[in-house]
Amino acid sequence: MGTPPPATVPFYNDPKKRSILFQLLTLLMVGLLAFYLISNTLANVEKQSIATGFGFLEKEAAFEIGESALSYSAADTYGRALVVGFLNTLIVSLVGIIITVILGTLIGIARLSSNWLVSKLAAAYIEVFQDIPVLLQLFFWYAFFYNVLPSPRQAIHPIMGVFLSNRGLVFAVPETHPVYKYMGISVIVACVVVYFLRRWARQRQARTGQPFPIFRASLALVVGLPLATWAAGGAPTAMNVPVLKGFNFIGGANISPEFTALLLGLIFYTAAFVAEVVRAGIQSVSKGQTEAAKSLGLRPSQVLNLVILPQALRVIIPPMTSQMLNLTKNSSLAVAIGYPDFVSVAGTTINQTGQAIEGVALMMIVYLTLSLLTSAFMNWYNKKMALVER
Amino acid sequence: MAGTDIKPIKEVIKPPATSVGALGWMRANLFNNWFNSVLTLFTLYTLSKIVPAFIRWAFIDSQWLSTGEACKGADGACWSIIPANIRFIIFGFFPYESQWRPLVAMVLLIGLLFYSRNRDHWKKSLTYAWGAGLIIMGLLMKGGILGLAAVESTQWGGLPLTLLLSVFGLAAAYPLGVVLALGRASRMKAIKVLCIVYIEMIRGVPLITLLFMSSIVFPLFLPEGVTVNVILRAQVAIIMFTAAYIAEVVRGGLQGMAKGQYEAAESLGLNYYQTMRLVILPQALRIVIPPTVSQLISALKDTSLVVIIALYDLLKTTQSVLSNPTWMAFSSEAYIFVALIYFGCCYFMSSYSRRLEKELDRGF
Repeated sequence: MGTPPPATVPFYNDPKKRSILFQLLTLLMVGLLAFYLISNTLANVEKQSIATGFGFLEKEAAFEIGESALSYSAADTYGRALVVGFLNTLIVSLVGIIITVILGTLIGIARLSSNWLVSKLAAAYIEVFQDIPVLLQLFFWYAFFYNVLPSPRQAIHPIMGVFLSNRGLVFAVPETHPVYKYMGISVIVACVVVYFLRRWARQRQARTGQPFPIFRASLALVVGLPLATWAAGGAPTAMNVPVLKGFNFIGGANISPEFTALLLGLIFYTAAFVAEVVRAGIQSVSKGQTEAAKSLGLRPSQVLNLVILPQALRVIIPPMTSQMLNLTKNSSLAVAIGYPDFVSVAGTTINQTGQAIEGVALMMIVYLTLSLLTSAFMNWYNKKMALVER
Repeated sequence: MAGTDIKPIKEVIKPPATSVGALGWMRANLFNNWFNSVLTLFTLYTLSKIVPAFIRWAFIDSQWLSTGEACKGADGACWSIIPANIRFIIFGFFPYESQWRPLVAMVLLIGLLFYSRNRDHWKKSLTYAWGAGLIIMGLLMKGGILGLAAVESTQWGGLPLTLLLSVFGLAAAYPLGVVLALGRASRMKAIKVLCIVYIEMIRGVPLITLLFMSSIVFPLFLPEGVTVNVILRAQVAIIMFTAAYIAEVVRGGLQGMAKGQYEAAESLGLNYYQTMRLVILPQALRIVIPPTVSQLISALKDTSLVVIIALYDLLKTTQSVLSNPTWMAFSSEAYIFVALIYFGCCYFMSSYSRRLEKELDRGF
């Protein structure tokens, strides 16, 4: 009984060969398409005599930017203008993310409240704000600032030193004094100390079982150290209060209507989604966990910190991160209401230089980098928090 | 045994008045501990400040059918901006005397959507009905035959444009998304990598950049003399964008499939195409209905971004009304009206998805 001769299969019926053939064909098609588009583009660029390359970054921008974190003037280069735009995007995203997380968490908790009224109000908020396009909300707040709020002369004046008018929000800030710089440094120092203190406290508790009032100690450090610095620096109390002069305010700090409208729109929209994320996270921890923790004799704060939060956060963090990323991407809608974010500055650059391909490519690269960094962070975090199975 | 006379209980002891009825409900739901009581009182106080003022503004002091000038002195809302400009807000620059055509098209679309709600109607004839309906809608919009005056697509605007961008966007993005998800799950390296690069790239950038790409970069990609309509370009950008998100949702469903399903299908001798069509996709797509619908809802909302590349969708027509000095001051009213339209559409979709989810739940 000899083994039967191996059946000869035609190559197109052999799964391995067929898959290679199929992949080659796909790659070939994609390659051809790319070649076609690129050759068209090159021909068009040459015909319309559009400059290519990133040389324009070195040229003079010749346009003003309303708000900038760096010193910037129209005489600076396009490169610097784009950096200013990028910083504006970062500022509005960071401020937005911080407020959104707080507001969204509060609404998410309110949604689960045993108080019927509060829970229903939170549900209505979530339903309404999720279902209205964020761009419409931005337009609404922007128009609200320009049409509904009064002029600086009749500015709304809720508390001392704060004025709300159609020129934005103006408020008093402390007069510049060297001690504030040292206060900033002392906050950072306090944070570093707290980090090591927490590590030490955890290790000691693991070793000896003795707990350490870490929350109160951290709070005292982070608040107390800057206050002590302030007192040691002579406790300056001079304030730079805005005063009405002519048609506008002089002095104080000013937040423009564009920035405020963008911030409000992004916060109210994203907070509705964050609230749902938080609600799902809290509900994912079964009630038995709370009961078990209580029956072990843990205090309510310990139940929350040691049992509920670590489990809920594992569910909350991934969708929360993607909401934060959405907020960052949605901040590009600033272009529609005239806040000079990265997309807006890049749009002006495209209009002036005519180099659309480079401009749009820059926009895509910037957001892609932000996304990839965020997802890298998320993967790291997921790995750290992943359930360690027995 | 006599004498122990047990009196029949004459009166049933009722629960105390404070634990049943309205009072009991309030005790249980609003005032069950001191914190909730404070919260309730605080909320009621805040509401009492806001709600009457809003009702006064929106309904009592408001103007409904007056002229723009008459509105200026009034305290309340000026809803007159809506009836005075309704035809421009809804239809944009569509020729005035032909505006019944997009209206009929929209009614047809909404009728078809309502008819398709019921799963008993999901038959082959429904597919034909949709095909015929879409063709009729296209003819109504475009005109040019049967005595209808031809209307250039540059004149399309308002609500029909929004609905067009979303309905076609969703209809085309869904199958493309499924294909991309299958590609990403494929064992063929080259195809897998291509799909991953596409999905991650699109998901990493805002829709605005894709719209910019479609409106200012894409014309450079085409050979000289070839132009593509700007609405079509925006439509393609929306489709490409939505498809990447749908692909991620569907991938979640594919990952949720047990390996046994693939093995069982293979051992029955089904090939790849049959396995996917008959075994995997019907189950995988069912478990991802809720996230799919929320993707579709955000796609509907995202069509509003075409404002930025100056297409006259619903939001843009509203804005142009507001650029008229007569109506400039009444932006809140106009935006609330548009918000109600968007809210209605999205709410319809999300409540339908909840119902569908319940109907399709087979307990596994």
